[in-house]
Amino acid sequence: MSLPPDQPIFLERAAYRRRRLMDAARLLPLVTLAALLLPVWLMPAEMSGAGGMIWLFGLWLVVIATSALLHWRLGRGPRAGDPPDAF
Amino acid sequence: MHFDALAVAALIYVGLLFVVAWAADRAALRGRTRWSERPIVYTLSLSVYCSAWTFYGAVGYASRSGLEFATIYLGPTVVLVGSWWGLRRLVRVAKIHRVTSVADLISARFGKSNTLAALITLISLIAATPYLALQLESISLSFAAFGQGDVLPGPLELWVAGGLAVFAILFGTRNLAADERHHGVVMAIAVEAMVKLVAFVALGVWVIWGLADGPADVIARIAARANDPDAAGWSLRADRWTALIAVSAAAVVTLPRMFQVLVVEPADETPLSSAAWAFPAYLMAMTLFVLPIAVIGREMLPADAPPDLYVLHLPLSQGAEGLALLVFLGGLSSATSMVIISAIALATMISNHWLAPLYLAWRRSEAGDIGPASLRRPLLVSRRIAILAVIGAGAVYQAADGSQALATMGTVAFVGVAQLLPAMLGGLWWRGATRTGAYGGIIAGSLIWMGLVFVPSLGLVPERDWGSVDPLAAAVLISLGVNTGLFIILSLVTLPDPQERLQGLSFVHAIAPDTAAVTAPPRTDGAIRSEALLTLARRIWGGDEALRFFHAEAERQGKSGFLPDVSAGFLSRLERRLAGSVGAATAHAMLAQFAGQRPTSMAELMAVAGEAQRAQERARQLKDDSDELARTARSLQEANDRLTALSVQKDAFLGQISHELRTPMTSVRAFSELLKLPDLGAEDRARFAGIIHDEASRLTRLLDGLLDLSVLESGRARLSVGVVNLHDLIARAIDASSALGGAGLMIDRDLPTEHVMVLTDADRLLQVLINLIGNARKYCDARRPVLTIQVRRLATMTQIDIMDNGSGIPADKQDLVFEKFSRLNDPARAGGAGLGLAISREVMAALGGTITYLPGHGGAAFRLELPLRPPGLGSKGGAA
Repeated sequence: MSLPPDQPIFLERAAYRRRRLMDAARLLPLVTLAALLLPVWLMPAEMSGAGGMIWLFGLWLVVIATSALLHWRLGRGPRAGDPPDAF
Repeated sequence: MHFDALAVAALIYVGLLFVVAWAADRAALRGRTRWSERPIVYTLSLSVYCSAWTFYGAVGYASRSGLEFATIYLGPTVVLVGSWWGLRRLVRVAKIHRVTSVADLISARFGKSNTLAALITLISLIAATPYLALQLESISLSFAAFGQGDVLPGPLELWVAGGLAVFAILFGTRNLAADERHHGVVMAIAVEAMVKLVAFVALGVWVIWGLADGPADVIARIAARANDPDAAGWSLRADRWTALIAVSAAAVVTLPRMFQVLVVEPADETPLSSAAWAFPAYLMAMTLFVLPIAVIGREMLPADAPPDLYVLHLPLSQGAEGLALLVFLGGLSSATSMVIISAIALATMISNHWLAPLYLAWRRSEAGDIGPASLRRPLLVSRRIAILAVIGAGAVYQAADGSQALATMGTVAFVGVAQLLPAMLGGLWWRGATRTGAYGGIIAGSLIWMGLVFVPSLGLVPERDWGSVDPLAAAVLISLGVNTGLFIILSLVTLPDPQERLQGLSFVHAIAPDTAAVTAPPRTDGAIRSEALLTLARRIWGGDEALRFFHAEAERQGKSGFLPDVSAGFLSRLERRLAGSVGAATAHAMLAQFAGQRPTSMAELMAVAGEAQRAQERARQLKDDSDELARTARSLQEANDRLTALSVQKDAFLGQISHELRTPMTSVRAFSELLKLPDLGAEDRARFAGIIHDEASRLTRLLDGLLDLSVLESGRARLSVGVVNLHDLIARAIDASSALGGAGLMIDRDLPTEHVMVLTDADRLLQVLINLIGNARKYCDARRPVLTIQVRRLATMTQIDIMDNGSGIPADKQDLVFEKFSRLNDPARAGGAGLGLAISREVMAALGGTITYLPGHGGAAFRLELPLRPPGLGSKGGAA
C-alpha cells in the first residue's frame, strides 16, 4: 500500500491525539453494543430482574459519561498544554 | 380535578407553546438563531423520539415485559454515541444536498428518482399512521382518566386531532424555506421536551421517595415482582432483545420525524457532539423510573387499571392533583410534539413527492410549460392538505381500531421504517449501490413487514408461529435480511445510470456535486435562459429571495445585475437550492426542462465530474485572464492613440501658432521698414500704418485668447454675475458674430421660449455663444446653412442647443473638439487659433455648467447647460 504523496507520513502530536480520540469514539458504540447484547444472550434469567436493571442503568451511565468525555475532548480540539508523548 | 379545568389548562399550555414558537420564528426571521441553534435545543428537540408511547406506553410495556421496554431507548443511545460512524456524515451530506426528508435523501442518492421517493413516502405514511393513532389515543385516554366533562361539544378525539392539525399548519407551513427548517417548531418542541422530562422525573421521585421507601426498597420490590410466577413476560429473550435494539437504532434515523429533527433541522453536524451524550442522558432519565412506577403502580392500583395509564392513576389515586396535572401536561407534550413533527415531515414528503409532481405534470400538459402562476401557493396549500390528511389518517385508524396496547402500535411503525435503513446506509457507504437494488430491497422488505407485522397487528390474520423464535424477532430478521440481501444482489448485477453514479460519488465522499441538469453544453441564448430560470425560482421562493440568490450568483461571476451566465456551477447551486424547497427529484425535473430534457450521457458525465472538466476549467480560466488582459491593452491603446493625436495636434498648433505669430510679425516688420523709406506717399504711408495696426491687433487677439484660456484653466477667472435675459444675449451674440462672415446663414430661433432669465456672467456666456455661432458661420458647409437655437428651462438647469445643418464633426474627432489646439479643418480657412471651443468649455465649467457635443443631430450640435445659479454664489448674488 502506498502513501498519498501529498500528505505527511507522521502527524504532529495534537492531530495524532485527535485521531486516536476519534478511534475511541468509534469504538465506544461497538463496546456498548457488546455489553448490551452479550449478557442477555448468555444469561437471560439473571438479567431479567432487579440485577438486570442495575446492570443496564450502570452501563448506560458509564456510556454517557465516556461519550461526554470523548466528545468534549474532540470538541475542544488540540491544545498546547497537554503532556508530551513518551516517544 | 374537574375535566373542564383540565381542558382549560391544556389550552393555556398549547397557547404558551404557540407564543414560544411564534417568538422563535420571529427571531429567526431577523437572523437571530442564537437560541434555536444551541446544542441543548437540538438535543431537546431530538426528544420528540419520546412520544406518548414512551410517556404512557413505556410503563405499560414494562409492567408486561419487564426490562425489555428499555430496548427502544438503547438503540438510539448506541446510534448517537456512535455518531462518528456515520451520523455526522449523514447530516453533512444532507446539508450539501439540502435534503428535505428521508424520502428525498434516498431518492436523491439513487439518481433523483421521484418514483422511489413516492414509494418511500407511501411506506412512511403507512408506518406512521398507527403511530399517530397511538398519540391521539393516548391524549384521549389521559383526558378520560380525569373523568367526563361538558366543555367541548362533539367527540374529544376530533378536537384533539383538529387542534394538532392547526398547530402543525400554522408553524410547519408558514413559509416555504429554502431549507425546510422550522425554528419556531423546534423551540416549542424543546420546551415540551423539558416539560415531559420534568413531569416524568417528578413522578418518579415522588413514587420512589413518596410511595416507596427509597431506592433500596424499590429494587427489592422489583426483584420480588420479577420472581413472581405470573411475571413470565419479564424474562428477557435474547432474540427479541437484539431485534428491538436493532429496529430502534434504525428507527432513530429513518422515522420521518426523527430524520426531520436529527438531520433536516440543524444547520450542520456540530450539535451532534453534544447530542452524542446529552440525548442518551435524556433517554436514560426518561426511562430510569419506568420500572419502579410499573411495579409500585401494580401493587397500589386496582387490577383493572390499565398499565398504560399508571402514570396518571397513581397520583390521582393518592390525591396528588398538582402532580397529576403536571404528568398530564407531560403526556400532552409527548403526544403533541410527535404528532406535529411527524405531520410536518410527512406532509413535506407527500407534498414534494406526490402532489408537486402531479401538479407540475398537470400544469405542463395544460400550458405546455411549468405554468404561468406562482408555485408557492400550490406548494403551501398542498402541504396543508397533506398535514390534514396525515393527522386525519391517524384519527381514522384510531377510531377504527382503538383496542391495542400502545407498545404494539409503536413497534409496528419501527419495523416498517427500518426497511429504509439498508438503502440509506448502502447509499451512504457504497458507491456500487443502485436504484434497482434500492427498489428491490425496500419493496421486498416492506411486503414482508406488511405480511408479518402490520396486517397481524390489525387483528385481520393471526400472527405466524415460528416455534422457539419470537415472532417479532423473526419478522425483523426475515424482512431486514431479505431487504439487505436483495439490495446487495440487485446492486451487484445492475448498472447505475450516469446520474446515479454522480450522486453516488457525491454521497459516499460527501462532496458537493455538479448536478447533471448542467451537462448540456452552454447555449448562446444565455440571458434568455437565465431570465427563465429567474422566473422559475421566483415562482417557488417569491421575488425578493430569488432576486437575492440570482444577484449573488451574478456577483460571483463578476457581473452586475440579476442575470448570471447559465454556467454549470450556477445551475448546480440553483438546483440544490430548489431541492431544498421541492425535493431533489422535482428540482431536477424542473431544471432538466431548461437543459433541453436530454438524458445525460456517460461521456458528458465524465466531462463534468472528471479530469476533463478540470482541464476545461483551467483553459477557461486562462481564456478569461487573457480576455481581461486584451481588454486592458485595448483601453491603454485607446488612451495612447488619444495622446498621440493630441501630441500631433499640439505640434501642428505650435507650428501654426508660430506661423500665426510670424505672419503678422513679418508684415509688421516689412511694412514698418517700408515706412522708413523717404519717398513714400502719404496715402501709402497711411495704408501701411493701417496694415501694421491690423496685424498688431491680430497678435493681441491671439495672445489674449491664450491668456484667457490659461486664466480660466487655472480657476482664477473672476465672474461678474447678474440676471440676464437669454433672448437679448443670443441677439447680441448673433450681431457680434455677423462680423465673422457667413452672411448667408439663416438663423432659426423660437423667440417666445428664449425669454428666460438666467443668473450668470453675461459677458462670459456671450463669449461662448459668439464662439459657437461664429463657428457655425465659418464652418457650416451646407448649401443653405441654417442655424437652429433652442432654449429649454428645466427644473435644475437651463439648456441651450445650438445646431447647424452642415456635415458636423466626424465621430473620431468628436472627443477632441474641446481640446486645446484642436482644429478640424484646414487652418488656412479657419483663421482662428483653435482655442474657441477649449475656451468655451472652460468658461462653461467656470459658470458651473457644461458644453457637450450632441451626436446624431444631422450637423454640428452643441448643448450648453447652465445651472440655476453659478457655483460659489450666495443668495445675494444678483448685484453684478
